[in-house]
Amino acid sequence: MFEAVAFYLFAFLTIAMFYITVTTAQALYALTALAAGMIFISAFFFILGADFLGAVQIIVYTGAVMALYAFGMMFFDTTRDVKEKNGNKFIVVGLATLAAVMVVAIFVAPIVSTNMQAFYPMVEGVGNTQMVGVVLFTKYLIPFEVAAVMLLVAMVAGIVLAGKKMDLSLTQMNAEQIKEIEDKDKKVLS
Amino acid sequence: MDNAYLIETIIKVVVILLVFSALAGIGTYFERKVLAFMQRRLGPMNVGPFGLLQVGADGIKLFTKEDIIPTNVVGPIFKIAPVITAATAFMAAAAIPFLPSFELFGYEVHPIVADINIGILYVLGVMAVGLFGPLLGGMASANKFSLLSAARAAAVFISYEVVTGLSILAPIMMVGSLSLIDFNNYQIENGWIVFSQPVAFVLFWIAAFAETGRTPFHLIANDHEIIDGFGTEYSGMRWGLFFIGEYANMFFISFVIPIIFLGGFGDGSVLGALALLGKMAFFFFFFLWTRAAWPDVRPDQLMWLCWKVLMPVAVINVVITGLVMMF
Repeated sequence: MFEAVAFYLFAFLTIAMFYITVTTAQALYALTALAAGMIFISAFFFILGADFLGAVQIIVYTGAVMALYAFGMMFFDTTRDVKEKNGNKFIVVGLATLAAVMVVAIFVAPIVSTNMQAFYPMVEGVGNTQMVGVVLFTKYLIPFEVAAVMLLVAMVAGIVLAGKKMDLSLTQMNAEQIKEIEDKDKKVLS
Repeated sequence: MDNAYLIETIIKVVVILLVFSALAGIGTYFERKVLAFMQRRLGPMNVGPFGLLQVGADGIKLFTKEDIIPTNVVGPIFKIAPVITAATAFMAAAAIPFLPSFELFGYEVHPIVADINIGILYVLGVMAVGLFGPLLGGMASANKFSLLSAARAAAVFISYEVVTGLSILAPIMMVGSLSLIDFNNYQIENGWIVFSQPVAFVLFWIAAFAETGRTPFHLIANDHEIIDGFGTEYSGMRWGLFFIGEYANMFFISFVIPIIFLGGFGDGSVLGALALLGKMAFFFFFFLWTRAAWPDVRPDQLMWLCWKVLMPVAVINVVITGLVMMF
């Protein structure tokens, strides 16, 4: 009974929060509702017994939405409504409906055809943190490592974009050129 | 799910809520007294013996003060922000074992609301959500000092979170579990983790200061720079809720540090339970001590410290722990 109550409560809350996220013209409402919705989703993981994924959902999305808040702070006066530029409403509604129907179809297809089988069924007595680790480092090792490399590339790119003088290479310059750059810096500073 | 379990859980929740709301109030008294003695003052003296009833006087003031919602704020967000801070602080307490299990009238009581097997991740994750309170309160306030404080909250959050996660990773690798009770039991057999992981201990302790927003990293609500930061526009109980959240967080993190690094409640005897309370008191006192002894750092210094010093040290610590465990 508790599971049913919790499921319907959090289902309602999650949908309400994402509805607010999409419909409101207030950046602060949208961001807060997004954060709340993402955190409420973790409840479904807890109900299903996937504690580890639930906690990860909370930790990852608080951090991710926090970064969005930082952008919101920079781009908008978050206490005022944003004037939105609405294009052709029929195209927007049509595409959104199509996308929603496709997502539902993709997820429902295996249930309808009753072909659902767990590749790695749960082992009794093994915590789901350990099971996630086992699956991640055996079957999904390559996607996992590819994701790691992608994050590394993104990090390097971020440093290059944000850092100063990243287009210069000190190793390819001779001593005079380096000295020239250093002198220029001193002038700017003084 | 049987009824006994249900009643037990409800009683535990209510007890934790009451005890720690009261402790949050008394914590402010301790803070003022400790700070006063360290600065050669007397602190609260007039209300009751040794000023002990000052807590009650503050409570009456906070509860009866008018709740002002300024004109230009974003109403709903402004109202809900303090609740987030207070509520998440108490939600985090659900996975902390406060005492060893004991017998009461022939019924075994486990003083932990839910012994989930990801305890430490849950505690840290939910505590981190508490920083949404200052962030939202600051952004909704329509006040430039509040907005500055919100920007600092975001900066603090993304800085310390990495350090907390990475520093706790090495002890987790050694224990092989995320449950705080398993941490405690591991240390009965293998000695305190602080002796094998001193670096992780220091890093986690530093990050705890950022997590609770205490003095070296108190830049979110620095009185001398940005008035009261996110709290500038708040009054009455809404302002009080921020502080109940902050002090409850301090108490909970003071429980978590000894349980992870300093042996927790040991083998579960009365002595062990008292030792845990003593360690908790020490860490709480240390928060106040630092506030009297240290100046605040600037936001850029905090980010420099977290990203360029603590995070590499934490990563090296994890790598060395991994190598030692492998060979």
